[in-house]
Amino acid sequence: MSTKTSFLPRFFNGTALTALVILWLVPTLGLFVSSIRDKDALASSGWWTAFNASTQTTFARTQLPSTQQLIDGQYILSGQLTAEDGTEYTNILAFGASSRDPQEVKAGDSVTLKNGATLTVNTDGSYVYSDDSEIKGSRGKRIFFAYGQPPRFTLENYENVLTKGKIGQAFLNTMAVTIPATVIPVLIAAFAAYAFSWMQFAGREWLFAVVIGLLVVPLQTSLVPLLRLYADIGQMFGFEAKGYPGVWMAHTGFGLPLAIYLMRNYMKSLPADLIESARVDGASHFQVFTRIILPLSLPALASFTIFQFLWVWNDLLVALVFLGQGEDQIVLTAQLRALLGTRGSNWEVLTSGAFISIILPLIVFFALQRYFVRGLVAGSVKG
Amino acid sequence: MTEQIYSALIAILIGVSAVIIYFWGSNWILDALVSRSSRANKEVLREKIRPWLFAGPAMFFLTLYLVYPVFETLWLSFQNADSTEFVGWSNYTWLFSDRQFHITLRNNVLWLIIVPTLSTVFGLAVAVLADRAKFGTVAKSIIFMPMAISFVGASVIWKFVYHYNGEGDVQIGILNAIVVALGGEPAFWLSTEIWNSVLLMIILIWVQTGFAMVILGAALRGVPEETLEAAIIDGANRRQLFFRITLPQIMPTVIVVWTTIAILVLKVFDIVLAMTNGQWETQVLANLMYDWMFRGAGDFGRGSAIAIIIMVSVTPIMAWNIYRFRKDEAGR
Repeated sequence: MSTKTSFLPRFFNGTALTALVILWLVPTLGLFVSSIRDKDALASSGWWTAFNASTQTTFARTQLPSTQQLIDGQYILSGQLTAEDGTEYTNILAFGASSRDPQEVKAGDSVTLKNGATLTVNTDGSYVYSDDSEIKGSRGKRIFFAYGQPPRFTLENYENVLTKGKIGQAFLNTMAVTIPATVIPVLIAAFAAYAFSWMQFAGREWLFAVVIGLLVVPLQTSLVPLLRLYADIGQMFGFEAKGYPGVWMAHTGFGLPLAIYLMRNYMKSLPADLIESARVDGASHFQVFTRIILPLSLPALASFTIFQFLWVWNDLLVALVFLGQGEDQIVLTAQLRALLGTRGSNWEVLTSGAFISIILPLIVFFALQRYFVRGLVAGSVKG
Repeated sequence: MTEQIYSALIAILIGVSAVIIYFWGSNWILDALVSRSSRANKEVLREKIRPWLFAGPAMFFLTLYLVYPVFETLWLSFQNADSTEFVGWSNYTWLFSDRQFHITLRNNVLWLIIVPTLSTVFGLAVAVLADRAKFGTVAKSIIFMPMAISFVGASVIWKFVYHYNGEGDVQIGILNAIVVALGGEPAFWLSTEIWNSVLLMIILIWVQTGFAMVILGAALRGVPEETLEAAIIDGANRRQLFFRITLPQIMPTVIVVWTTIAILVLKVFDIVLAMTNGQWETQVLANLMYDWMFRGAGDFGRGSAIAIIIMVSVTPIMAWNIYRFRKDEAGR
């Protein structure tokens, strides 16, 4: 376009677009950042503070009173603030006289305790507790303080969710559902699309109009009859009604209209001479299809493959209806939704689980975005 | 674990090879049988049968999984809960007198108006803005990204955005954190009526804007340069250029995008199930249907009646699609 663009509209455009992009990105970013945060930090502070050092308050005990020394008329307990597991506290920010206000004075200052003793805590965690009279008691005195903790990122949540949680198994189950449920309809649709574009048979146009109509038929009308049918067949032949073959076939049926539609439109646009000359040379339709049309149709095949992969991987409804919800069959989406119900505030589980479920589709999506976009455009503009 | 991987791999192999063997084998048998037959016009016979070998499996699946169930569901919707007795219209009369169903219908109408419209508007805005911006490609990728995320994944993402910690606690959900920062009262928004439905709609808008953007972007690039240049010579400003020249030309695509998203909205299920399960008056048709199908022993009569209502709502769009297809084909 050759319109003159002055600075102001251009500035406005950029700002508006930036705002939209941020709005779109922030929710996913929150999920990702949270999934690699420490689980306690995640529960107690917003994920947007993850990059700041956080302030934690706690207490530690001094050395035992039996170690006190008498120096210049003062009874003194001194040492290093240490957690029960032996790690030393450094980076002390503040401390206080009682549990009520652990940030009463800055590190390096002194505070007078209720019993008259004086307490000094330095930034490096060293402390001095001094009193005019002998320090009594059998345990160390408690010191309440606040310390800064540098931002900590960890893969612990992923480790937990993959080993202890059921997400790892669900990932494999999802794979076992998705791969056949993607490959089978692609193959079946490719043959059908060839028949619809280059073979002559009675009722061809009429049947294809039906396929177009089926594009928008909601899944919901199929659920009850198929559920009953599966149960009947299962009972008749004595196998489980819920299982992988059933779900593959269901996804095949539901994915076929779009698959046939996309590939037929693509194959129809290939030059007729190509097919006719091969036919004249004595090639059968099977040979023409497998040797000429199929290789040429790879872009359309790729488009639909990505569609179907994303659709099956992300599906919840079909998986809930046609698969068992036990550990051997439950898919990622169903597992996540179960977690949302039972572990609704365990965000370390939910965020890492959700990220595991979306990472593979995201990779496929970004790697093959071109084909995906092409399929989307072909599937809706021409319709 | 490794055992599981093996059995999954074997299952995959069996499923896929069954299909390959069918196509290859059936064509081989056709060639072998017909060439042995004594008929003179065997080639003609072969070419009569072969299309059905090619299209047969697809026809089988489409019939069994989509065509037959529509009629079966219609039939079941006139029967009782376990489909043992014909009950006439009573599932439908019950539906239309049920308060829950009224709320569901109201919600679906709201979803139908708000989601396709806002997705289309945002999608168009991004398509236009990104065309002019330096970081347009990156921006488009980011807006497009939610298309790859499952509705359940999106629900987790947004449930975290809407998360509410009790009053006085630190808010770790960004929505409530912003509300607090602006001096407001944090709340459990998902239980706040009407707004909760809007919050659920936002999720679908977030997902679908990328779709609208891609389709409308392609349409924008298809607008002939000459029409724009002519308008510029006539002194049109940017606003006029867009609203009077560009928009009318891409209007058919805008309608296609709007209806495509509308169909999706009628079927929306995962988001409501995962976020509220229809509580706090957020119910929608698809989730209500699922609910009736599996509540207790399941009421297949009522579930089917709801499915038929969804089916009836998409029928006009279906008829329109077929009509347009036939017109296009005739014009070729």
